[in-house]
Amino acid sequence: MPNNPLTPGVVPGRLGAAVILDNFADMAPPLDAHEARVAADRCYFCFDAPCMTACPTSIDIPLFIRQIATGTPEAAARTILGQNILGGMCARVCPTETLCEEVCVRETAEGKPVEIGRLQRFATDAMMAKGGHPFTRAAATGKRVAVVGAGPAGLSAAHRLAMLGHDVVMFDARAKAGGLNEFGIAAYKATEGFAQAEVEWLLRIGGIKVETGKRLGRELSLEALRAEYDAVFLGLGLAGVNALRAEGEEQAHVRDAVDFIAELRQARDLATLAVGRDVVVIGGGMTAVDAAVQSKLLGAEHVTIVYRRAPEKMAASEYEQEHAASKGVRIITGAAPVRVLGNGAVEAVEFAYTSEGPEGLVVTSETFRLKADQVFKAIGQNLDGVPGGVALTGRKIAVTGPGRTSVPGVWAGGDCAEGGNDLTVTAVANGRDAALDIHASLMGVAG
Amino acid sequence: MANLASEFVGIKSPNPFWLASAPPTDKEYNVRRAYEAGWGGVVWKTLGEDGPPVVNVNGPRYGAIWGADRRLLGLNNIELITDRPLEVNLREIKAVKRDWPDRALVVSLMVPCEEQAWKAILPLVEETGADGVELNFGCPHGMAERGMGSAVGQVPEYIEMVTRWCKQNTRMPVIVKLTPNITNILRPAEAAKKGGADAVSLINTINSITSVDLDAFSPEPMIDGKGTHGGYCGPAVKPIALNMVAEIARSAATRGLPISGIGGITTWRDAAEFLALGAGNVQVCTAAMTYGFKVVQEMISGLSDWMDAKGHPSVASVVGRAVPNVTDWQFLNLNYVAKARIDPDACIKCGRCFAACEDTSHQAIAMLPGRVFEVMDDECVACNLCVDVCPVEGCITMEPLAKGAVDPRTGRKVGDYANWTTHPNNPSVRAAE
Repeated sequence: MPNNPLTPGVVPGRLGAAVILDNFADMAPPLDAHEARVAADRCYFCFDAPCMTACPTSIDIPLFIRQIATGTPEAAARTILGQNILGGMCARVCPTETLCEEVCVRETAEGKPVEIGRLQRFATDAMMAKGGHPFTRAAATGKRVAVVGAGPAGLSAAHRLAMLGHDVVMFDARAKAGGLNEFGIAAYKATEGFAQAEVEWLLRIGGIKVETGKRLGRELSLEALRAEYDAVFLGLGLAGVNALRAEGEEQAHVRDAVDFIAELRQARDLATLAVGRDVVVIGGGMTAVDAAVQSKLLGAEHVTIVYRRAPEKMAASEYEQEHAASKGVRIITGAAPVRVLGNGAVEAVEFAYTSEGPEGLVVTSETFRLKADQVFKAIGQNLDGVPGGVALTGRKIAVTGPGRTSVPGVWAGGDCAEGGNDLTVTAVANGRDAALDIHASLMGVAG
Repeated sequence: MANLASEFVGIKSPNPFWLASAPPTDKEYNVRRAYEAGWGGVVWKTLGEDGPPVVNVNGPRYGAIWGADRRLLGLNNIELITDRPLEVNLREIKAVKRDWPDRALVVSLMVPCEEQAWKAILPLVEETGADGVELNFGCPHGMAERGMGSAVGQVPEYIEMVTRWCKQNTRMPVIVKLTPNITNILRPAEAAKKGGADAVSLINTINSITSVDLDAFSPEPMIDGKGTHGGYCGPAVKPIALNMVAEIARSAATRGLPISGIGGITTWRDAAEFLALGAGNVQVCTAAMTYGFKVVQEMISGLSDWMDAKGHPSVASVVGRAVPNVTDWQFLNLNYVAKARIDPDACIKCGRCFAACEDTSHQAIAMLPGRVFEVMDDECVACNLCVDVCPVEGCITMEPLAKGAVDPRTGRKVGDYANWTTHPNNPSVRAAE
């Protein structure tokens, strides 16, 4: 008898293969040419457009939409990719509802913004479908730059550096490049191996050597990199995971949501992935939502997100919260985990209600329990593996200007650096800007 | 429901909306359905002389331009007059008119520029019971190459001559359809009047090439790699038609000559505008070709609601109401001063007014923090471009300064009416001194 959503424990195959395939299909399917034309026609080509200002990479959105409207999607793609080399992934994962689309004047006018994200995907898909890579390298400078971390920040920096004529070696601790694009994004946001396809497409600029399985502090040292290369860019991401600090955290089937998501992303067959019947996700960000929704899509009977503060404090946008709710995920706010109950394996989680006052968040004595055979911790990641000597500010690498760290010749960007905000698009902007600064520094031109 | 009954050169119809002579009125099947949908009248697609009918191309006959969301703004065609036998058309006209006596049915005609040809066809039409004829002096393509259509309409003497032949050979009202492909619409209109025309109808289509196929390097519509100019119509031509209608309505020589207004009429409002500028009724084609016959129902309800709301008792009471206000530039009040006003509550902050004014006009709009757009009265000349480019209707308005107020741009007080004819900068004023 195959498993189903009611099967107790953490088991694979709760749903039929076809259902799972359908559940993990493209969340926002691509616009066809007609749909793109209709959507593009809604853009007013605003002056100093609010959408462009809201975009961390400052893509000229009105221009690329006009290029789509006039039948030149590849020109639109060049406009996008010139600013944001991961424009394809950003089109899929950007929380546009809190960035460009939130400030679209048609949101003001009609409560319905121009579909900027989907139009961006239309343009970048058109370019990638044709196999074109619109950028070429400048004359070789003879300079060599090490990029540590092949996530969005590192990829962006590497591409820009290569374009400017530098030779780049990009290192990553994992077996594949892509960073969170490959290991962290919900599967239904980047289907059909898009993350790897985009990396391969990006690398076609040439001049970028990728070395995987190399981690700073293990196979690599900053000292050695500084000695060997003319400059170093750190795009380390946040490799550490915050602990729950609740009694019983060590019970079996209590794990980090990021690991679950990474495992899911790398799974060849989602029907082989085990998931609990009663899943509890602790946290309030995108990782929590992604873990919860995907648990539900794998066939968990009950999935509950528990967040310690009020709903409006959740890092996951309203749109993400609604998406989770639409998939049947229950969201409980204002409750913090007190202990994990179980006899070797988790059986339930006890939560206490919280209250927020002038003195901050207070855990009250009123508690409740949620049945759980699987618990995902999604309470944030932290900086891990920063080489000694690199100054921090708070829990991030301190930077000035476009990513300059306290160590000469070393730049940083993305989630690991000050100002990083867990957005792919911000990481891309950081990488690009650091690359330009590295170039200016190496070539002795004014930054 | 206002009374929309219309009488045009003695031809009665329940409303002033007629279908123009064109593909929609080519045959009995269409015309019956048009009447069923509510059209007040039709002008049957142009008949030619008896004999082998004309032939049409078997490739595309239409080209178009579009606005946002592929809304059809302009259509051109290279179709000729009816390609069905004369006797078939006449038989169908008779049958339709018999069954729909309350609807107008006018027959469009185009035969060679010889009296005998007109003498031959007019009695045949008269025999159908049709209400009148419209002389097609307008088609700019195909038939013009054979000395008909606009080839006649571009020579006032021919218009007068053929109109006179027709008036001498039929008791039916004769409407002369004018081509806009001329330099001054008054000359052909005057010629029609001299020839005894009961009315003119205008405009026929405008010579045009809508687009070029950039792979084949051929005009569109493209027939086997070649294209030719065709007749342009649809919403895009309305301003041209309105001007020509108004010119005829206000010219001393043609004033009072009934006008059937044609050219891009798409909504009830367009129709009301034609009526106001002197058209006794209107003819529609492209709107029906774009949306089907049902559009007339919006035209009927819209015109009716407007007339009720404004207290206009009849269509006739609206006709020509705007004509006295059509004047020459030299008579415009140069002491009328307005300033643009942007309603901050209606503004959606797109900044198009700013871009237009800053880049291409008078640098009279300030962009303040928070994307607040404000008109600088000391720079604003009230050109209206901001109003025209604003996506939100009514967000930007032109507010006149009161008499005696100081225009911050010129430092002068707003004075009484004064125009160019007395302006000190006018050389002819000085010459007269």
